[in-house]
Amino acid sequence: MRWNSFTKFFVAVLAILLCFAFFVKPLAFSIKQGLDLQGGTHVVLEAVDTPEAQVDDDAVQRVVKIIERRVNELGLTEPIIQRQGDRRIIVELPGVKDPDAAIALIGKTALMEFQDESGATVLTGKDLKDAKAEIDQSKRNLVNLEFTPEGAKAFGDLTTKNVGKHISILLDKQVLTSPVVNEPITGGKAMITGNRTIEEAQNLAILLRSGSLPVKVEVMELRTVGPTLGQDSRDKSITAFGIGIAAIVLFMLLYYRLSGLVANIALAMYVLMLLFGLKMLNATLTLPGIAGIILSIGMAVDANVLIFERFKEEVRAGKTLRAAMDAGFHRAFATIIDSHVTTIITAVVLFLLGTGSLKGFAITLGLGIILSLFTAITVSRFLLQSLMNSNLIKNHKVFGA
Amino acid sequence: MKFDIIGKRYWWFALSALIMIPGLISMAVQGFNFGIDFTGGNLIDVKFEQPVTVQQVREVLKDYQLDGSTIQLASDNQTDMSQNVFIRTRVLQEDEQKAVMDDFGQKLGAYELLRTEKVGATIGSELTQQAVLALVVASLLIIGYISYRFEFKFAVSAVGAMLHDVLIVLGLFSLLQREVDSTFVAAILTIVGYSINDTIVIFDRIRENLKTHRKSESFQELVDRSIWQTMTRSIYTVLTVLFATAALFFFGGESTKNFSLALLIGFTSGAYSSIFNASPIWVTWKEISEKHHHALRASK
Repeated sequence: MRWNSFTKFFVAVLAILLCFAFFVKPLAFSIKQGLDLQGGTHVVLEAVDTPEAQVDDDAVQRVVKIIERRVNELGLTEPIIQRQGDRRIIVELPGVKDPDAAIALIGKTALMEFQDESGATVLTGKDLKDAKAEIDQSKRNLVNLEFTPEGAKAFGDLTTKNVGKHISILLDKQVLTSPVVNEPITGGKAMITGNRTIEEAQNLAILLRSGSLPVKVEVMELRTVGPTLGQDSRDKSITAFGIGIAAIVLFMLLYYRLSGLVANIALAMYVLMLLFGLKMLNATLTLPGIAGIILSIGMAVDANVLIFERFKEEVRAGKTLRAAMDAGFHRAFATIIDSHVTTIITAVVLFLLGTGSLKGFAITLGLGIILSLFTAITVSRFLLQSLMNSNLIKNHKVFGA
Repeated sequence: MKFDIIGKRYWWFALSALIMIPGLISMAVQGFNFGIDFTGGNLIDVKFEQPVTVQQVREVLKDYQLDGSTIQLASDNQTDMSQNVFIRTRVLQEDEQKAVMDDFGQKLGAYELLRTEKVGATIGSELTQQAVLALVVASLLIIGYISYRFEFKFAVSAVGAMLHDVLIVLGLFSLLQREVDSTFVAAILTIVGYSINDTIVIFDRIRENLKTHRKSESFQELVDRSIWQTMTRSIYTVLTVLFATAALFFFGGESTKNFSLALLIGFTSGAYSSIFNASPIWVTWKEISEKHHHALRASK
């Protein structure tokens, strides 16, 4: 018996199990859940061409900004607004109570107003032609405004009457900015200075440009999962998942005994790393994503089964435990690589070609497979080798061989 | 001598055909029960406080010219009334759906909206194209990789066995008229990954055994030996995967039933085809090309 190796084994196992006990729950619950698991509304909007307004990149960018503002006002936790392709915008609203009202808010036309100090509206968004963020010679960040001819006239009147006073620019009745008028501005061009970072200036410019949705937007896809169903799906998935994993753990213990125990510990490590990886990648867990996890757990177990079966063969061929284990790892390695690479190919193709939930599935699957490869050839191996080096066990039956 | 798998290969091919042919006929004749992910349309999943019948629901829908819609009652026992109703209609505008729902409330009593979905027809056709494209691209790349690591004949045999699994799942879903939606696409791709993975392990052993190949052993015997050497692993692996999937099927929610059923069928078929189809296809091909080769040499 060599205590040194045994201590290594024991400490590693203890560390993994303690980490698992402490972190698995908080990790699992901190991963973003898809709307199918927690309830909520998923909307795909598409900007469409109309005779009045053609869709271009800038228009879609402005629509995204406006929708972001509006969604933020709904006060939801972690809404997602993202562009997909040239013309589509995906909006995900977890836990929204009244989807109809939410969609009405998202799709409505925003109102931009220029008000004087008395609160009277003098100009609206249609009078504004353009707004751009710029940096002048003295390195100040500013926003340049350009008005339409009618707007220029109205703005000229407004500024002439309000020198030294504030005028306010409002979007959906909320004040965006309230610059002070330094002098009458009649040329149809104005600039807003002030202490802003260039990002702030750009953001303001986009908002100013996007007084109203610049193009027509249509709802292409709308999915709402009620909170009851979401809760139900989640609870049942957790139960099913737990039962499935318990069966696998038990099976490995029964057939491979000590090796099986080591595999189970490696599996615990694998699950932890997978959860951690999903959290780091900011992935969203959906029902198909759970399938990806199931398949990757299957492959993680498979890698161990491959190694142990090889190990048994080598023991039967008369090798010592130590030599058999080395050969088992060595010879199973090529197989594991080949079988994993083909699945990685599937995952990559799906990630590149798929959208939405398919992409989520591809991420879980791909990450799962890479981690499975890693745990099988490092964690399992380290644990088994230190266990064997300790000379604690000489009977190969204990290893299931 | 162990049970001779390769020698009986034509029986396995026949068995596969026997399972596949009804499915293929069904696909040609009645096609699939496509969900709105593919066809476009609206889906309404409601839970009424009082059980209702299909007839009652259809009556309400009639006023909106929606009486041709699919109406399903979700109940475990075979009664003609249920609280859970599942409706699939053509694409509805927001106010149209709202009117229908209001009418439900007035005529059939209080309800809870479990799930509603609206998918435009364009999204549905894009999804189909994407899924097929993904499958084709993935197959080609896998053929490329296996050809590089093994040989072309291995690659085609593996992909052949994989297509067998895909066809079996598609066929059974068509026969049972189970709903095909976007999670089904994910299930199919999972099956593809599993099937190929399972086949590779056996091919890998064949490749290894080929290196120490003795002249006294025929191709058939070598492949049989390889299959049997990996048999325990093949069975254990599919068992562990089936544990997890069966748990999802039996204990998971209603929304994962179709998905896990597809996986159960696909994984079982994948394990079968890896053992009984992939290598036999390879051996058959190898023998045919060898004969061809000999014939060519003899004719010279």
